[in-house]
Amino acid sequence: MSKLIIEPSPHIKSPITTQKIMLTVIIALLPALLASVIIFGLRALVMTVICCACCVIFEWVTRKIMKRDSTISDLSAIVTGMLLSFNLPVTLPIYMAVIGCFVAIVIVKQFFGGIGQNFANPAITARIVLMLSFTSYMTSWAQPFYYQSTELVTTSTPLAGGEASLMDMFLGTTGGCLGETCALALIIGGIFLVITRVISPATPLCFIGTVFVLSLISTGDIEKATAAILSGGLMLGAIFMATDYSTTPLTLPGKIIFGIGCGLITMLIRNFGTMPEGVSYSILLMNILTPIIDRFTVPKAFGEAEKKRRAGNDG
Amino acid sequence: MTVHKIRLPHFKHSAESETIALPLPSRAVISTAQHLGAVCTPTVNIGDKVKIGDVIADSDAVMSAPVHASISGTVTAFTEVLHISGRNMPSIVIESDGKNEISDAVKPPVINSREDFLAAVRKSGSIGLGGAGFPTSMKLGFDPKEKHPDKLIINGAECEPYITSDYRCFIEEGEKVLDGALLMMKYLDIPECVIGIEDNKPKAIEKMRGLCASYPNITVCALKSSYPQGAEKTLIYSTTGRVVKEGQLPISCGCIVINSSTCAFISDYIKTGMPLVSRRITVDGNIVKKPANFKVAVGMSIAEIVEHAELDGEPDRIILGGPMMGACAFELDYPLSKTNNAVLLFKDSPIYSPSSCIRCGRCVRACSMGLMPTALETAFDMRDAKALSRLNVNLCVNCGACSYVCPAKRNLAEKNQLAKAFLREQTKKGV
Repeated sequence: MSKLIIEPSPHIKSPITTQKIMLTVIIALLPALLASVIIFGLRALVMTVICCACCVIFEWVTRKIMKRDSTISDLSAIVTGMLLSFNLPVTLPIYMAVIGCFVAIVIVKQFFGGIGQNFANPAITARIVLMLSFTSYMTSWAQPFYYQSTELVTTSTPLAGGEASLMDMFLGTTGGCLGETCALALIIGGIFLVITRVISPATPLCFIGTVFVLSLISTGDIEKATAAILSGGLMLGAIFMATDYSTTPLTLPGKIIFGIGCGLITMLIRNFGTMPEGVSYSILLMNILTPIIDRFTVPKAFGEAEKKRRAGNDG
Repeated sequence: MTVHKIRLPHFKHSAESETIALPLPSRAVISTAQHLGAVCTPTVNIGDKVKIGDVIADSDAVMSAPVHASISGTVTAFTEVLHISGRNMPSIVIESDGKNEISDAVKPPVINSREDFLAAVRKSGSIGLGGAGFPTSMKLGFDPKEKHPDKLIINGAECEPYITSDYRCFIEEGEKVLDGALLMMKYLDIPECVIGIEDNKPKAIEKMRGLCASYPNITVCALKSSYPQGAEKTLIYSTTGRVVKEGQLPISCGCIVINSSTCAFISDYIKTGMPLVSRRITVDGNIVKKPANFKVAVGMSIAEIVEHAELDGEPDRIILGGPMMGACAFELDYPLSKTNNAVLLFKDSPIYSPSSCIRCGRCVRACSMGLMPTALETAFDMRDAKALSRLNVNLCVNCGACSYVCPAKRNLAEKNQLAKAFLREQTKKGV
């Protein structure tokens, strides 16, 4: 008789895998990629492909050097690459994008143990590092459809005082990072992720909702509040970055706290800070708070014995 | 409060296969540990002649049930069988004399009182036939002065994929299930009864509703087909809305949960006096050509049983019980125990290698007990007893839903079991 497999129960597993989840996220990012290619031209595609390739190569090399199993087949490096490129202006020199990939994959992700272990969102952190290192390049925005004209014309984002109609912002025909401008494409991707149950709608809704409500209170103008949620990296951040599994809370109450916190910090930075945009900083700050949020949002167990629930106190 | 459940494929291929009674084997290996609780000591010696229904092992412990001979013949040896729990269990080997004689001791018990009834249940060797094997007499033998149950719950959820033995019990012996429930209600003075059946078994629901129509205090509750609907605490919540507190038995909230097949057996025993010497078992899996339900003598070899279901090739994985909570057998030549409700045989079954947790939270959303399996895993890996008890690891019912939904294919359920054992050890040490 052949050898028998002995394993702990259960003996059947759901068909869902890490790879399938990442593939779903990649598919959800495609509408935004398409939109960016239409708005900013082929260089947007080149930038995205280079970022993905660099992320995969950096991941493979780092795992090799650290003598660990290769994890490139889980496709998470491609997701990071796509998200990072979406956070870059289309005109950014390629070598800077490569540096961004290095920061995202090697420093933020692999140095902390790889997929699921990093405490900060790789793409966001890389964007912030690039922002601080190459501020002028990171804040020069090409005009939409610039590739049709002979010379490069730069513009400013709606947040930095640029003029744009609500429809322009919804369709993405404004200045900005290559993947963040088209709210429509990002929302389509977000709905796809919610339907496929890859993400919970709680975080994006709370994040965007908080920004909307606070803008409405501070400006008293629905149009300005709508502009606030359509501008900057809010849609991209709320739908794709604030829902990153590794760096956000596990439970529904945690996700709600995370979303509201991100919205608050974004509004504080936008209104009182020196920078025009605060989405990436808000997500990074909330990433750091995630372990604490997780601690205080342990769900009540079914039939749990009454005892002193002192969350966060093990001593 | 919401109790999380997950959707599983049903795979109830054997649902329409009528139970076939298999011929008695020429040899039976009967373990003296057929149930949760105290292991029995043999009451026979090598060379003794036994008939079907004779007691061959018993125990004085409260939490135990006697073991009976399932074939007639001679006790030839005491051996040890490597139990699926990994421990060696003393077993009694009986070689058949081919006569299949029934013991003189097998006669309907005389029952006039609650005590008579409980004594009869104990004598019958009855245990929970759903899989866990809790001695029935222990379940029913509550102290009526302390806490009196007002609800008898018959568990016919059968939420595990593949298994249909309880379903066939409803279809073929629904009258006995009802009769067993009525007996328990009568002698134990329980006013109400709920029969819980998952809604993927409409025929069973219809049949039981028809049978129970004239009993206003017995209701048939159609449960949503989701896993783990048949887990005791989940079932109590689904049928009554009551919550069993940590470390308590169902009786603490006025409920007694009995598996439907156990219920039918008790009715049978009170009528005939034939103790628990055979049971219904589902045979299925991807190499089983004819998925079927068999009535089999306890102690018969699994290898012999599955021959009747026609196999297509050699299995590489044999599961005793359901695919979610059952255990892998070390060999096919393994004696059937009272608790085995299914044997599943698979070939070329996928082997998953765990990858890193991606913190997706699916296990948290799947846990019927509201635990955080991924946090428990981290706490166990760090051997953090305080965190384990803060995260209520002891509430885990080992349903396996967390491991099932995990995209990284991590063995979370296994870790929970190890964590519980670790915590017990730490508590013993007084740390």
